Amino acid sequence: MRLELVKRPQRSMLFSALSPFIAFALTIIAGAVLFALLGVNPLTAFNIYFIEPVSQVWQLHELAIKAAPLILIAVGLSVCYKANIWNIGAEGQFIFGGIFGSILPVMFPQFEGPLVLPLMLLLGMVGGAAYAAIPALLKTRFNTNEILTSLMLVYVAQLFLDWLVRGPWRDPQGHGFPQTIQFGDWAILPELMPDAGRANWGIVFALVAAVLVWILMSRMLKGFEVRVMGSSPRAGRFAGFGLDRMVFFAFLLSGALAGLAGISEVSGAIGQLQPVISPGYGFTAIIVAFLGRLNPLGIVAAGLVLALTYLGGEAVQSALGISDKVARVFQGMLLFFVLGCDTLIHYRIRLVGLALAAPDSTVKRDASSKLKEAS
Amino acid sequence: MSADQDGTNLLEVRGLTKIFGTLTACDHVDLNIARGEIHALLGENGAGKSTLVKMLFGSLEPNSGQIFWNGEPVRITSPGVAKKLGIGMVFQHFSLFEALTAAENIALSLDDGSPIGSIAAKARALSYSYGLPLDPDSLVGDLSVGERQRIEIIRCLLQAPQLIILDEPTSVLTPQEADKLFETLDRLRAEGKSILYISHRLEEVKRICDRATVLRHGKVVGHCNPRDETAASLARMMVGSEVQAVVRAPVAGLEAAQPLLEIRNLSRKPATPFSIPLRNISLTVRAGEVIGIAGVAGNGQGEFFESVSGEVLQQDAASVRIRSKDAGGLSITGRRLLGAAFVPEERLGHGAAPRMKLSENLLLSRHATDGKAFVGIGGIVGSGAIQTAAQRIIKAMDVRKSAPDPEAAALSGGNLQKFIVGRELDRSPSVMVVNQPTWGVDAGAAARIRQALIELSRSGSAVLVISQDLDELFEISDAIAVMHNGELSKPMPIAEATFERIGLLMGGAEPGHAEHGLEIA
Repeated sequence: MRLELVKRPQRSMLFSALSPFIAFALTIIAGAVLFALLGVNPLTAFNIYFIEPVSQVWQLHELAIKAAPLILIAVGLSVCYKANIWNIGAEGQFIFGGIFGSILPVMFPQFEGPLVLPLMLLLGMVGGAAYAAIPALLKTRFNTNEILTSLMLVYVAQLFLDWLVRGPWRDPQGHGFPQTIQFGDWAILPELMPDAGRANWGIVFALVAAVLVWILMSRMLKGFEVRVMGSSPRAGRFAGFGLDRMVFFAFLLSGALAGLAGISEVSGAIGQLQPVISPGYGFTAIIVAFLGRLNPLGIVAAGLVLALTYLGGEAVQSALGISDKVARVFQGMLLFFVLGCDTLIHYRIRLVGLALAAPDSTVKRDASSKLKEAS
Repeated sequence: MSADQDGTNLLEVRGLTKIFGTLTACDHVDLNIARGEIHALLGENGAGKSTLVKMLFGSLEPNSGQIFWNGEPVRITSPGVAKKLGIGMVFQHFSLFEALTAAENIALSLDDGSPIGSIAAKARALSYSYGLPLDPDSLVGDLSVGERQRIEIIRCLLQAPQLIILDEPTSVLTPQEADKLFETLDRLRAEGKSILYISHRLEEVKRICDRATVLRHGKVVGHCNPRDETAASLARMMVGSEVQAVVRAPVAGLEAAQPLLEIRNLSRKPATPFSIPLRNISLTVRAGEVIGIAGVAGNGQGEFFESVSGEVLQQDAASVRIRSKDAGGLSITGRRLLGAAFVPEERLGHGAAPRMKLSENLLLSRHATDGKAFVGIGGIVGSGAIQTAAQRIIKAMDVRKSAPDPEAAALSGGNLQKFIVGRELDRSPSVMVVNQPTWGVDAGAAARIRQALIELSRSGSAVLVISQDLDELFEISDAIAVMHNGELSKPMPIAEATFERIGLLMGGAEPGHAEHGLEIA
């Protein structure tokens, strides 16, 4: 007996919808095994991990704070991945968005007024887009692999930020701590409902971006161009679409959204620049993008799920004394199972017996499956 | 020459049939291969050669028919079974890992766990004894295509096969490399091994093969000794002369008609080391005229189509003129806006995006030319408009489908081709360039497409059809030019053209072909 993957003649709509849920279920099962091996009752652990962090209103606000950057970044990445362009460096674009957006409050703290915040957000998007333009330029000019260049630029960005806050941008009154001055009131992203919790306008940006990108991808000619270039580049060239233009479009759009996420995080949740401003949002957003099936609306849901893994990780650490790295493990397993389950969309699994059936019937069945492929 | 010592052939094939959908790729094919002979398998593209050898090598399973190996009936269910029997194959397209050495590539296919060192030593010894020197430690990425083919051949020989199938082996070789290969084949034959040699290069078949089996439209149309034949007689067998040319209503005054597509001294360097350069091609297609371009595959037709369509731009803007405007520097979109329409050879992945709906595929080639009709304010696609237009094309071309607006990949080849051709016809283009309009398309759909192309030309457009199907070109063309090795002969008016004359030009057998041209250039 062996398992055989048989290509489906059409994408399965059923498994297209089901595969994230199957992946989630498999993650839960694997997670239960993990907790059991750590000597914790899986049910207790799951309660602390997945239920308790969202049982009060203020906790939902925390969820929104974590979900906002994930959704913003993942929505941009979904455009890249649909175009078959592999931007892995959203973390770096996030950081550069944070740095660019902080130019005003750090270098010109005397500049105040209602214009400050919009300018900061704009600068943040410019910073993220400019940083994303580097791998785009390298790819179009020198045919470099954008996976490597965008990923390596993440480390450059991290170290650059680290140098900034320890060096030129360090708060002189900060007792030597590696951080910038606290942003002024005009430079702080306001909270939505200060009485109920800390959630800021970041989640609104994320939802608006998701809807706009959804319209772009499903209703507009540009979105059509992205999908054609991603799925059949030769047909895209026949349509008159340019690959280089597409590389820049995808990188600049996703870079701008990652940059917006970066400055929103810095001016909202943090309020100053620190050596580390992201718990890996740029990488986790890759999981969010795929868990959301690269559909901006699905990404909103997936972003909330992944945000919960962060909160749950913190919760199990404080309640059970398990390392919060368990959050990374959960995220990793989720991506692993999502990508694995995607196989079911294009293939069905067939159990093949080694014993030969009557030769005639075998031939007929093989022929009919080949027929479907050929037609 | 064909030593048949014990009375049985090495391989006998009886009534082998393979059906894909409505296309019978192989129709009751019989084939005998004796020990120690080089047997040629001849046929045009799409004649069923590849399907036949895939069944012999176990990559495809036949619908019916029998295969005998040393007189015993066998079922070849997988390439592994074929290898065990002693059948080896060298594919036209190599399957080698460029980042690995030759020896490592060979080891991967042997999967018997022997150490790389001993494999390398064996490969080296074998390669020198057959006059195919090969350094097993060299990286495949550094090797020429000829050397890569040696790896494939050595890999095949290491499995000590009795029958070696070579698929178009010289199509990627220089003449010198081909000569070396022929010496090796002679040596293998002298050792009593049999070779099934697939080629459409008739001169080399005459030179090295002992017998030939000719396929046409999936059927065996003859067995012969190629040494007793001429290139012309072999070409006639391949092409077939039983189909009569359609009687055409003569089109008067073509010489005076306005030239709509003019190609002047179009040259193109090879884009890759193995693509064909275009050499100084000139051609004029006038309003009301269908010009056909014949030629064996891989003689520059694809490169020519890309150049004319604008997927590749020209240095000299005047080398392609559409409706008397220089178009050589224009992209495919710019050329479409001048009134040209294009249908590429490859349906899925080039002419259509496989996983997109028909209505979206309509947008693929017409988002610019029909921008006002299909794309609204702010770049929003008018889904109603493209749906309506797609349904109009589906109706006009009688596209048969299972859903109202299915994905392109869900249609049969013929129906998708009808849609792709219909998509361009729907625009009433003044210039239409089509590459292989009916390749792999069933007879009914083919007739429909051909009829539509004739009607388009008669309504005052210029139609250029590139095809490997001579029957088709004789049916629809007013004149036929032949592409060979990147050069284009002058168009031969259909009244003077015969299968034999065109077939000879296709084989490059008659270098002084320009003398037949009556084209007013």
